[in-house]
Formats: sequence, structure tokens, C-alpha cells
Amino acid sequence: MSVKVRIPSPLRSYTNGADVVETQGANVGEVLNNLKSKAGGIETRLFKGENQLNRFVNVYLNDEDIRFLKNLETPVKEGDEISIVPAIAGG
Amino acid sequence: MSYVLGLKCKECGHRTGIAAVHVCEACFGPYEVEYDYSGMKGKVTRDSITRGPRSLWRYKDLLPIDVPRVGFHSGFTPLKRGTRLAAELGCSDLWIKDDSCNYPTYSYKERVVSVAISKAVEFGFDTVGCASTGNLANSTAAHAAQAGIRCFVMIPHDLEQGKVLGSLIFGPTMVRIRGTYDDVNRLCTEIADKYGWAIVNVNLRPYYTEGAKTYGFEIAEQLGWRLPRHTIVPTAGGTILPKIYKAYQEMIALGLVEDNQPKIYSAQAAGCNPVVTAIHKGVDIIEPQKPNTIAKSIAIGNPADGYYVYQAVKQSGGWGESASDAEIVEAIKLLARTEGIWTEPAGGTTLAATIKLIQQGRIPRNESIVVCITGNGLKTQEVVAGELPYPVVIEPRLGEFDALLDRLTPREAVPEVAPVAV
Repeated sequence: MSVKVRIPSPLRSYTNGADVVETQGANVGEVLNNLKSKAGGIETRLFKGENQLNRFVNVYLNDEDIRFLKNLETPVKEGDEISIVPAIAGG
Repeated sequence: MSYVLGLKCKECGHRTGIAAVHVCEACFGPYEVEYDYSGMKGKVTRDSITRGPRSLWRYKDLLPIDVPRVGFHSGFTPLKRGTRLAAELGCSDLWIKDDSCNYPTYSYKERVVSVAISKAVEFGFDTVGCASTGNLANSTAAHAAQAGIRCFVMIPHDLEQGKVLGSLIFGPTMVRIRGTYDDVNRLCTEIADKYGWAIVNVNLRPYYTEGAKTYGFEIAEQLGWRLPRHTIVPTAGGTILPKIYKAYQEMIALGLVEDNQPKIYSAQAAGCNPVVTAIHKGVDIIEPQKPNTIAKSIAIGNPADGYYVYQAVKQSGGWGESASDAEIVEAIKLLARTEGIWTEPAGGTTLAATIKLIQQGRIPRNESIVVCITGNGLKTQEVVAGELPYPVVIEPRLGEFDALLDRLTPREAVPEVAPVAV
């Protein structure tokens, strides 16, 4: 399954400045893990352990926060878009 | 002079220079301004602060700004003793920190925006913006107008009319987003990335959040350079509560106040209480929620600084409580009836939570309590409109008024008094 991942600016040093990276996987966790093949080192910023995201990393599948879905186990389909979004202050 | 050393990640301690960045490149944690506190010793004193202007800029030495550009009349709002409210609640030392009259747009947001826009001007940005539940939009639009810079404000599509007009009047480009604040928030992160604008609560967040400390500094100074034992603060994105706590700790460290182990409490609406839920469970993972409450200004289901609210509450020995929409409205009416302050639902939430904490015995009735009122009810008239008896109409005749008064307050007959001849 080919899925686009939107990369926020603090992580673009791992993607040669690219804001979108396309990668493979059957679920969100796999897709994010496979980012490392194209953006080596990025996994150390996203994950603090096996299948555990860093506290301040928010991940959206299309328009939904994955914590309202099945977290990293949420299945993905062709054409889906994943966004990695840092937390921001209130308003 | 400035005591700022640079930015430091709150999580991993990674340091970087002063710039419009908010996320640690090493761990994604939030950057926070680091100060030279030892350099402040003996220089930042009660005296030096008291000599400052009667605005939030009297605490400039503790803020990351060399040259203030806006907000010269913001902050330094009343801390008033809530005598009648205290009597109603059966406590003896109750205070209200009242940012419902903060200048110029009547919320605590003047504090964070004054700092953020001053920083945006210093950095040379030509456009500022924000993601907002209303109050921040009002304040950003007003201060941007004063600074003369272009402004974009992004809000959820369903905000109260008062909050929409309260921004529009200042001439920003305003965009309503179909979705919740959390959706707006996410879009703004992407906008800041793509267009390189100064979004006050995104890429200026390290400076923005520091402005919230002035709320805490003022409480301590206005209490006569002492800290309250109990401070109850509304929680939305989680900016202000940890910053009030930080303000208290900074004042203790600088010897400006005595350490009385101040406790801090989080108030949320029952329809959006991810942080209070975590506090009650004793787990520092904040599970996001889909907000459903009349307290729209604090309807943030995925609070960026929720974790730090949790930390501050737990470290201080405080607690958290939530209030239903009905309890929020009752508390708004109670504050108005007893103290003459009309607050928005966020303030109602805070007072309703305070009442619960007192009733539970978590806050002793004889200790000093500060209730943090952060917004103004004139902006959210919808929430009380159906709750108050609409005024009757009569003909302009005294007899009609007498009859009305009899109906409203039946009383003993008053003997007719003959006019006195002069």
C-alpha cells in the first residue's frame, strides 16, 4: 500500500527538505516505520520505543487523529495521507 | 537588559538560539525560554518591579523581550477580594484575579499576544496569525492592528458571534474552518510551515507562553508579595496553568515571595476534560477527546501542554475538577450576582470547579484562594440569554410601575403620604 506522509518542518532535515514522502505499509505504524528507508534517523524522533510514539508527536490519518482510530494499528489504503503534526499551544 | 540565555527543550534539555522555532529538533518536545536567574539576583527585586509601568511590562526582566512593541496598557488587572462570593461559599480569604477587564479585548490573551507580537516585530515578520477559539483571535487582531502588521486568524466555524465580530472589527483576514479547534490547530501548524508567518501560538509559542506568567506575577504582587495557598485555573490548551506555577516558582527563587507550597488546580468543562480525567486517573498520558460543551473558549480536546498541566498540578499537590454546562451557567450567574463580574463560560467553569473542590474539602475554607477569571461574558451572551427573565414592558405611568412592583415583591401597603407644602 503506497501512502503519502506529510513531514513537518522540524523533521525535514531527515528528508532533504521534502515535505511529503511516499512509503509503504499495511497500517499507520508500518508506514511510519518504513519512513526510515527514505529518511534514515527520523524514526528516532517519532518513536520512543517499539510501537510507541513520542509524547509530542501527533499523527493524523487523513483528517482524523489516530488515537480516535486504532492508533498505530489503524489500517491504511492506497491513496491515504498521513500527517505528522507537532503539538501547539492553545488559543 | 535582557536575562535571556536562549531556548531549551523542556523534555530533553537540547538548547538552541533565540529564533521562531517551537519544536525541539532532537525530540519534538516544546522549547522554553531559558534565563540567567543568577544574574537577576539582587537586580530583579520588589523595588525594580514596583518602579515599572502599570502593565504586564513591569515584569519585562522576566520576559523574553528587550523592546516591548504593543500591550502598553495590557495586564495589571484587578485582584479583588470576593467578599460576597466568599460569604456564599463559606470561606474567608477568597480572591478573584479578573482578566475579564484586560485591555484591549477583555481576556488573559492580551498577555501572551503582547509578548508574541513584540517578538514578531523584533524578528521582522510582516504577517502574524493564530489558531483560536475566539479570545486569542480578538487579541491577536487588535494588537496586530496597533503594530500595523498583516494578520490572519483561523477559528472553528461555530464560534459565538461576539467572538467573531470582536476580531473582524480590527480588520484581520479571518477564516472559519469546518472542524473543531484541534482541526484548526493542525491546519495552522501546516500554514506556519508553508508560508513562514509568525503564528503566535505555533512558531512563536516559546515566547507567547511566557507572557502567561504575568498573570501569576500579578497575583503575588497584588496579594502583597505573597502567594495564595490555592489557585484554580481553567485548562484548555494548557498554557496558563503551568506558567502561573512557573511564575510562583520564579518569584520564590528570586526571593520576592516566601514559599508557602502553593497548590494549583485545573478546571475543565465536563464536555471536554482530557486533563482532569488524567489527573483523576493518576496517569500522565492525556487521551484526546471530541469536545462538546458551551465553554467553547476552552474546548480543546487535544491540549498541547496538557502533560505540563498534569505535572504542575501533581507536583504542587493540587487536583482537578470538571463542571457540566448547567453548573457553568449557574457559576457565571453566581459570580455576577455576588461580585458584579460577568465572565464567559471558561470563568464559570473555574468557579464551578472551585465550589466542588471546596465542598470536597480539598480546598480548606479558611485558606487563601485565588479564582482565575480569564475572559468576559459580553462576548458569549448566547450562553445566558435563555437563562435570564426577559424584562417586562409597561406604559410610562407610575400606577403601572406600582402594580408591577406589587407583583414582583408583594409587600405591606404603604400609607399615602400627602405632599408637604413648601
